[in-house]
Amino acid sequence: MNNHSFTHLDALESESIHIMREVAAECANPVLLFSGGKDSIVLLRLAEKAFRPGRFPFPLMHIDTEHNFPEVIEFRDQRVKELGERLIVRSMEDSIKKGRVVLRSENQSRNAFQSVTLLDAIAEFKFDACIGGARRDEEKARAKERIFSFRDEFGQWDPKNQRPELWDIYNTRAHPGENIRVFPISNWTELDVWEYIAREKLEVPKIYFAHTREVIRRAAGLLPVSHLVQPQAGEKAEHVTVRFRTVGDMSCTCPVESNAVSIDEIIAETAMTRITERGATRMDDQTSEASMELRKKEGYF
Amino acid sequence: MSAIEKISLDQIGLLRFITAGSVDDGKSTLIGRLLHDSKSIFEDQLTSITHTTRKRGAEGVDLSLLTDGLQAEREQGITIDVAYRYFATPKRKFIIADTPGHEQYTRNMVTGASTANLAIILIDARKGVLTQSRRHAYLASLVGIPHLVVAVNKMDLVDYSQPVFEKICKDFAAFAENLSLRNVTYIPMSALNGDMVVEPGDHLDWYQGSTLMDFLENISIEDDINREDFRFPVQWVCRPQTKELHDFRGYMGRIESGSVHVGDSVTLLPSGLNSRIKEILVYEGPIDEAFAPQSVTLTIEDHLDISRGDMLVKAGDSPQVIKFFGAMLCWLSEQPLDPNRKYLIKQSTRIVKAVISRIDYRVDVNTLNHETVNTLKMNDIAHVGLKVQLPIVCDEYERNRATGCFIIIDESSNNTVAAGMISANKE
Repeated sequence: MNNHSFTHLDALESESIHIMREVAAECANPVLLFSGGKDSIVLLRLAEKAFRPGRFPFPLMHIDTEHNFPEVIEFRDQRVKELGERLIVRSMEDSIKKGRVVLRSENQSRNAFQSVTLLDAIAEFKFDACIGGARRDEEKARAKERIFSFRDEFGQWDPKNQRPELWDIYNTRAHPGENIRVFPISNWTELDVWEYIAREKLEVPKIYFAHTREVIRRAAGLLPVSHLVQPQAGEKAEHVTVRFRTVGDMSCTCPVESNAVSIDEIIAETAMTRITERGATRMDDQTSEASMELRKKEGYF
Repeated sequence: MSAIEKISLDQIGLLRFITAGSVDDGKSTLIGRLLHDSKSIFEDQLTSITHTTRKRGAEGVDLSLLTDGLQAEREQGITIDVAYRYFATPKRKFIIADTPGHEQYTRNMVTGASTANLAIILIDARKGVLTQSRRHAYLASLVGIPHLVVAVNKMDLVDYSQPVFEKICKDFAAFAENLSLRNVTYIPMSALNGDMVVEPGDHLDWYQGSTLMDFLENISIEDDINREDFRFPVQWVCRPQTKELHDFRGYMGRIESGSVHVGDSVTLLPSGLNSRIKEILVYEGPIDEAFAPQSVTLTIEDHLDISRGDMLVKAGDSPQVIKFFGAMLCWLSEQPLDPNRKYLIKQSTRIVKAVISRIDYRVDVNTLNHETVNTLKMNDIAHVGLKVQLPIVCDEYERNRATGCFIIIDESSNNTVAAGMISANKE
């Protein structure tokens, strides 16, 4: 038998499993949000650790913007099949058809509108808690958010009126119509996530690894060319070796230049990187200093 | 040979700490310094705060802006509540609970302190031990933070004077004598210049101790958790009821203290029934032994009726099973305590109805004097007597933080209104 000390990953993992079991035990109808991205991939492994040999006491759900990278959707379906769990997909296209989402243009970023589809799905299935993969190191609004975070009937977050969270005793009581967002990996950083993926030998979508892609240089970032993004006047598409640090809406998720082709190389790169995950990759977070905070108040995850 | 690696307790790779002090003491600068010198500040964050510093009409980079959070706070120039920061060195990962120093301080510090291994109390070398330093020390002892660092900051403004530092240590120690603080370490520093934070610097040659970072990286926190008393509150019962696992009943939870071995005799509480540990399961397979704070699944030899809220303990090492108890409370809600109302208590995995049957005294956190009061308001600390509808399974907080703590919930608002720590004296 090999001995090893109780590492930070062991400590984080045990905390996250404890949180998952609290949600399952105290919430009537929870759901786990799975996008196919690295954070929710970690959530699925934690759910396996929390509940096997039983089945998950909640379904999985994906809010599909239909602006997703095809590799990610393929990965999502494969992973769900392996787990043998139930996946619910609700698409923004439905919200657009119903007139619940009105876009200015077909190619507009859909990140901000996900909340409408999410709130509709919560109402449809009467979910009282949504387990998500957000982390406090992502953004300064998140740094102040609780692990069990409440949304009012309109899906809004009130940062000034949060319940104090002490020790690891979670108060999960909600009024009818309120919804709880639960973030079991609140205390993980981007590096922790990658180190855990390496330790657990988890598969991730191919776009996280370096590959050659047609991109446009716009503002300070690179934008992937797709049916949603085409070069404008004065712009030129070029082939660059890149990888994605997050997988979101294709129209606003920017890859970074990278040669990392393995998890170990991604870890080395993440440990060395000098720009935050969202700063590097999400154009919609750069529009104002408080972008995320404003979207969260509107019901964004 | 098992494929599963055996985990030992040689070193715990995650340390949580809290910083206590006001902006004037250089708290934000210290946090900024720790993040900056451990290379945890990113370029886009630096660009953003440089921009904000300029927008406010100042020059350079104000490191304290890093710990500023929400738009509402930036507009008003205040900080609300607790924010969490992360940094890592090759030796350890750190979580800072950063709490602001305005009038809601007691509530925020208690919240941040509840999960902390260590507290850094900042003292301005020019001002010495102030009322607020005493308040911070008292709250740290109340919440049972195992380790305390007294950071005597702004040494650059007192010419790095050794006598000034020693006088402050002596004053603090005299006050701390009356508190149940276990490990107190004094470090002189200048967060602004970086002396004794990450690097020793050139000005404090007379100080023989380690830098703050060195101390944080190496302090032993293995014994912060109670290692003696096995406590396993059942969170979730796993009954797959599949063909292969038809009779499987796994009790899932986290070991809150102590350790457990296959074959151990255990008692189920509150019922008092006995059995033996059959298996300890983790995702990777069965293991022989597990300890706090691991999350595991246990199976037992006998068929007992076990559900969430029950606790498995080692036979012969039983916690208290009680309906009346005394506790220190920190009132957290803007809505004062109503002694005529029933509240809910959540303690380990149990939720029970409770009344606060008496208020013994309130503590003035500045003088530590006891006062007689009829109700409790936000930020009040008091000793009270409680009565619960169904017995709880608990230890004294001082012996076991994990099973001695509880929260009080207001059933009508659903808010968490108080934090409680079960005390030694009965009732």
